[in-house]
Amino acid sequence: MRNQQASQLLFELAAPGRRANLLPECDVPTGDLGQRYPAGALREQPPELPELSEGDVVRHFTNLSTLNMSVDTHFYPLGSCTMKYNPKRNERLASLPGIVDLHPLQPDSASQGILELLYEVQGYFAEISGLPSVSLQPAAGAHGELTALMAAAAYYRDRGEQRSKVLVPDSAHGTNPASASMVGFKSIMIRSRADGSVDMDALREHVDEQTAVFMITNPSTLGLFENQISEIADLVHQAGGLIYLDGANMNAILGIARPGDFGADMMHYNPHKTFSGPHGGGGPGAGPICVRDFLDPYLPVPRVAKGPEGFYLDSNHPQSIGRVRSFQGNIGVLVRAYCYIRAYGATGLKDVSRHAVLNANYLLAKLKHLLPVPMGDRCMHEFVASAQQLKKDRGITAMDLAKRLLDFGFHAPTVYFPLTVPEAIMIEPTETESKETMDAFVDAIESILEEPAEQLQTAPQSTMVTRPDEVKAARQPRMRWTASH
Amino acid sequence: MAYLFNTDEDVRQMLDTIGAASIDELFAAIPRSMQMAEPLAIPPAMSELELTQQVQALAGKNRGVTQDVCFLGGGAYDHFIPAVVDHLASRGEYYTSYTPYQPEVSQGNLQVMFEYETLICQLTGMDVSNASLYDGASATIEAVLLALASRPKCKRVVVPENLHPEYRQVLETYLQWTDFELTTVACPSGGVPLDAWQAELDETVGCVVLSQPNFFGVVEDLGPAAEAAKQHGAVVVAVADMISLGLLASPGQWGADIVVGEGQALGNPLQYGGPYLGIMACRSEFVRRMPGRIAGQTEDRHGNRCWVLTLQTREQHIRREKATSNICTNQGLFALRAAIYLALQGPQGMRETAEHCAWKAQYLMDRLTSHDRFELAFSGSSWREFAIRDKAGAVPELLHEARQHGLQAGLELGTWYPSLQDCVLIAVTEKRTRAELDRLADVFIHAPQAKELANA
Repeated sequence: MRNQQASQLLFELAAPGRRANLLPECDVPTGDLGQRYPAGALREQPPELPELSEGDVVRHFTNLSTLNMSVDTHFYPLGSCTMKYNPKRNERLASLPGIVDLHPLQPDSASQGILELLYEVQGYFAEISGLPSVSLQPAAGAHGELTALMAAAAYYRDRGEQRSKVLVPDSAHGTNPASASMVGFKSIMIRSRADGSVDMDALREHVDEQTAVFMITNPSTLGLFENQISEIADLVHQAGGLIYLDGANMNAILGIARPGDFGADMMHYNPHKTFSGPHGGGGPGAGPICVRDFLDPYLPVPRVAKGPEGFYLDSNHPQSIGRVRSFQGNIGVLVRAYCYIRAYGATGLKDVSRHAVLNANYLLAKLKHLLPVPMGDRCMHEFVASAQQLKKDRGITAMDLAKRLLDFGFHAPTVYFPLTVPEAIMIEPTETESKETMDAFVDAIESILEEPAEQLQTAPQSTMVTRPDEVKAARQPRMRWTASH
Repeated sequence: MAYLFNTDEDVRQMLDTIGAASIDELFAAIPRSMQMAEPLAIPPAMSELELTQQVQALAGKNRGVTQDVCFLGGGAYDHFIPAVVDHLASRGEYYTSYTPYQPEVSQGNLQVMFEYETLICQLTGMDVSNASLYDGASATIEAVLLALASRPKCKRVVVPENLHPEYRQVLETYLQWTDFELTTVACPSGGVPLDAWQAELDETVGCVVLSQPNFFGVVEDLGPAAEAAKQHGAVVVAVADMISLGLLASPGQWGADIVVGEGQALGNPLQYGGPYLGIMACRSEFVRRMPGRIAGQTEDRHGNRCWVLTLQTREQHIRREKATSNICTNQGLFALRAAIYLALQGPQGMRETAEHCAWKAQYLMDRLTSHDRFELAFSGSSWREFAIRDKAGAVPELLHEARQHGLQAGLELGTWYPSLQDCVLIAVTEKRTRAELDRLADVFIHAPQAKELANA
């Protein structure tokens, strides 16, 4: 039932002379623009874009959308990504003309409502984190990491301290060490123990007067709460270092434990995960950060502030690291986060985490009989199973299992991450899935494991394409359409 | 609760299966001393109706481009967005999916990325585009870092003062932790002054950044400035306005190696500054170090044409501290919107949109400069945006007066350039009607001068 024709490339659907968008007649005098500009400033021909009718465009993109799995259509237990339900009311409210049609440089007097909303959401972020100072500017989680590391670097610079090292556990997201490098820090990998916790001996070996920041994801990418966190924080703080918390997994601890209370000095949120995003096919997200009071002066400008005459954008912070992007931040994402937090309220947010953890433990309890979960019987919001034994016994990899799940109408879990678990299968159901959905998922895995290995190794069979050749894509890169295709 | 599923009975059954007595027990790994004793200080839950009324009330306290006529620019522009863009981008299959880690069930998003990349190449005249970055300013610093990585011995970056001030601030923020040095060339007459520019160039310069049009809206002949940089081996980064490319020569034609820009104007709403769309395209020699996601064409097991994320060995999840950048997402939904917008516009639509901006800006410029009080701040031909000097030196009063007439008339250039306190930056998109242009001209021409105001 697929419409093959409409999902050809735009460029193949085009025909000279077709047109969708017609402008009104120009109501001011026109003339020869060629006279106005320096020689060579104008194009000789209009850009070589495809020519399409409006109907072509609508049918094309509508058909393409049906080739995606999404949260609206499928269970999407992609570990570490928190693929929860995206409330429709948030989309509507973030699209109100009084929100979406505001120019970033319009005067504060014309922006009191949006500034009030941002000021409020800033307060909620501070309250949930237990860290008082907030910057809404970073555009994504990785951008938040980078911004916070810059604030830490500025703090040390002001204190006249030369600290060169950022310590990162081996189970961390790749963005952690990549962000550290961009601020000129050397990142040192700290190995984890077999149970996924930080190896304190390894940490002690590396913590010294050169240590600027220890970056920790807690709960970890293995879905475990690092209960040595106080000891870790004491060790790092005694050496004069700071603790950065990667907030990727905040969905497990809303209203239950606060990073600021368990030793973190700075953190970012991923509102597209924790506060219902949405994920947008890969973005946009946002990466607001929260820090302790002594790091406040270094946060980027402008900041949202409240004064006697109302709310305003405040750039008067002479010790600030500066700006990390244009304008104020990914406001559309922050408006959705505001709506999400207000819809749940304080006790509701705590319930989000309680049910996220309940669902993950339920899935773990049912799945552990089918697939080993090396890190034990309990988890926070997600857990990591391993197909290592399956691979050894039957030649079935984590990827084979992931691909076969697609045939059963489930998005695959995250596979091969974290790097510390061989044949990792990382599963995060989120709180917005029913018991029935999780039961069906487990049933699917049970059925799949009874199938002949070949059935998995050639999966998926029901999708339009199967096992794209990634090596070919990298070796003979074709990253754009050309007429000679 | 708002979006939760589990009934009390579900919870009981699930706890039984887990073998736990309560949900609290599942949090045993968090030491008691670290668990919050009090609830969060956040207001109680709101129903959808209450929330809607609450956000509507906040929205009602703002005055945006639907209330006031918008002549504000400075890197974000009030262009028309066709209904098709909003309609298609609001499909859940797009906005509730994620990065295409499983290509078999993400062919829609991957094909859109591939089409977006092609459209951006067509518009910019470059060989390769990534699937987008955060915004124009962060794309600019990423381009600078990409350029510097290809010139390992060079430590200097040279930019003119007429590059967007916020983009220059972002360059400063990022470069202060590195060995790289940022040099800003003053532009007293608005354009890049060739002699002063050349004087800063030598073989230590790894990269230069030039914007077309410049921050003051003027279209410059940038060929000589680009050529001068290239003679010293420097990489030329162009900050291009995407709508202008319907009319202006592609940056590759005047010497750019890497093109970046703000993609907001391509079908994306202003929304108070973000999310926006960072565009980056380059000559093929830079692709192996280019930051961000890239979709590429390949074949599946049965030989069918399909798309995957490619050249991932550049990226942080594989290269970690040695990655070309820490970026791990693109602005997928906004790249989708840009692709739909460009598909609707086509070559003629892009050309005409850019032409209308030029003619309408010209009309307003002519009307204002016909009055003695106003003159153009800079010589040279503008396109959509221009800087006008109020000889009476009463810029805040002028803008205040315009607001009383429902006009957001422009930006005070003194915010960024102390020597331009008497200048306003005015942007005119294809949306502005002759009646609106006349209204602004009339208000400005008849506005009281500062002294009169003070005496009033």
